[in-house]
Amino acid sequence: MTIAAEPEAIAQDGGTWSFPSERPLVLDSGARIAGLEVAWRSWGRLNADKSNAVLICHALTLDQHVAGTHPTTGKPGWWTRLVGPGRPLDPAKHFIVCANVVGGCMGSTGPSSTNPATGKAWGLAFPVITIGDMVRSQAMLMDAMGIETLLAVVGGSMGGMQVLQWAADYPERIFSAVVVAAAARHSAQNIAFHEVGRQAIMADPDWRGGDYALHGTRPEKGLAVARMAAHITYLSEQALQRKFGRELQRDGLSWGFDADFQVESYLRHQGASFVDRFDANSYLYITRAMDYFDLAAAHGGVLAEAFRKARDVRFCVLSFTSDWLYPTPESRHVVRALNAAGARASFVEIESDKGHDAFLLDEPVMESALAGFLDSVDSARGLK
Amino acid sequence: MTGVREDFREILRLVRPGARVLDVGCGGGELLELLTREKQVDGRGVEISHQGVSACLARGLAVMQGDADRDLDQFPTGAFDYAILSQTLQATRNPRQVLSELMRIADRAVVSFPNFGHWRVRWSLVQRGRMPETRSLPEPWWSTPNIHLCTLADFNALVEDLDLRIEASAALAEGKPARPMDPTKPIENWRAEAALFLLGRRSGPVEPDAAPGDLFGA
Repeated sequence: MTIAAEPEAIAQDGGTWSFPSERPLVLDSGARIAGLEVAWRSWGRLNADKSNAVLICHALTLDQHVAGTHPTTGKPGWWTRLVGPGRPLDPAKHFIVCANVVGGCMGSTGPSSTNPATGKAWGLAFPVITIGDMVRSQAMLMDAMGIETLLAVVGGSMGGMQVLQWAADYPERIFSAVVVAAAARHSAQNIAFHEVGRQAIMADPDWRGGDYALHGTRPEKGLAVARMAAHITYLSEQALQRKFGRELQRDGLSWGFDADFQVESYLRHQGASFVDRFDANSYLYITRAMDYFDLAAAHGGVLAEAFRKARDVRFCVLSFTSDWLYPTPESRHVVRALNAAGARASFVEIESDKGHDAFLLDEPVMESALAGFLDSVDSARGLK
Repeated sequence: MTGVREDFREILRLVRPGARVLDVGCGGGELLELLTREKQVDGRGVEISHQGVSACLARGLAVMQGDADRDLDQFPTGAFDYAILSQTLQATRNPRQVLSELMRIADRAVVSFPNFGHWRVRWSLVQRGRMPETRSLPEPWWSTPNIHLCTLADFNALVEDLDLRIEASAALAEGKPARPMDPTKPIENWRAEAALFLLGRRSGPVEPDAAPGDLFGA
């Protein structure tokens, strides 16, 4: 009889990379951020030939805490279904990195950081950023870590947009790309919902023109409403109906405007818990970056041109049937462009009634598709 | 190569090494994997079921979920040397359109289908007066996916109509090696249980031999 070895603790690391001011982040707008800071976390170890690095790109309100425990909420990381021992991205095999986006509020430079020119929080003096800027800062981080090429860049939602941007801007630095529940541009409807959220924040008197930090206030009500509106777009009608129906919080109606219905109470809770972990100005800046995203526009209006140099990259594009935020036709549009560019594109539309949020939830088809794809990527790079 | 389906064996024989191949209805990717291994093709697949696509992904194949009727427009004109449609044409909504799409996407199409003119089918219809249920068409009329069945003669007429050229053809029977045949001979319309064709364009620009690696021709 053999005694099972103690499972080796997963190597984890993390920190904030501070770039010297002579290496500023040059933004698409033309502005520069000097003294850029990028907060990151990693799992696993970079192998000797540096061929096992995987970058995960996070969505709008998520952060670098993909796995492990979130330091603010105490909850498990947002993609533990895909990242962890025995999962498709395995710290025993891969060196997995995720960085907080520029403009964010979890340690990377953003509107709540200190403006070196004034010594106070940037507020609206912070320059408008783009998905391209986020990706450029990630590339700087990869340089700093000594990672030349990535085995895979993986992301869902806004993370998927960053993956597409990586394929357009740094095709020679990525071996494969996984794009989940995303799009190559923000639609009018996407922009419209974001505008509702921004207006809710800016209508809150505590927002103070973006300088709430200087006044010691927080636009919590506005940010909560923004979150409530956005949260509806992450779910499907069926998912809401199944979860809540017309169920009441208490027996009988209040004949007033309390949260009578469970769905109201749920949304209020979503809004209230969101303000504890997210910054209102970051919300403005990141939603703006998403609205400005249109990968084809930067390539003469032809999306295939964006992928012209990404022919050798292996792509895996996934969408969900009930996702009405980034519906399947948006993914098909991406896949068509990838085919036109001659890239190795695979595509799966996953049957799910969970809406856009499905990419964060228990979706066995997503897991098996990604496990298969990443497994073949590992083999192609000799990582068995 | 034991245990390889006879129609796969025949397709393997027909496809040029190193070619760009699209397999429409590729299932779990058995044929694509075979072609990649034996003929070093640059392969892509289209498959309707997510189980099939997941299986393909695990084999390292590039496969899109989609269906022959709706999703072939995803591919640019002339992107492939061969488009393969194995035992699926008769199950499409618009076989004529699907066949022209295959010939738009690729220089050549490899198409196989069950022959409704086979003597067993005719006999079943004549003798019983019922829709045939045979070895190659096992399902009753109300559940069969085969909604556009045709005979060898029907297919010849469509090929003529679309101005295509038959470059090779073979009769298929389960468990037997493919038998080369002349599909225009009336006797073959009785004898062939299923048929496999290699089709090319009759007119139009002569296919230039694409430079290797120049996928989708820039």
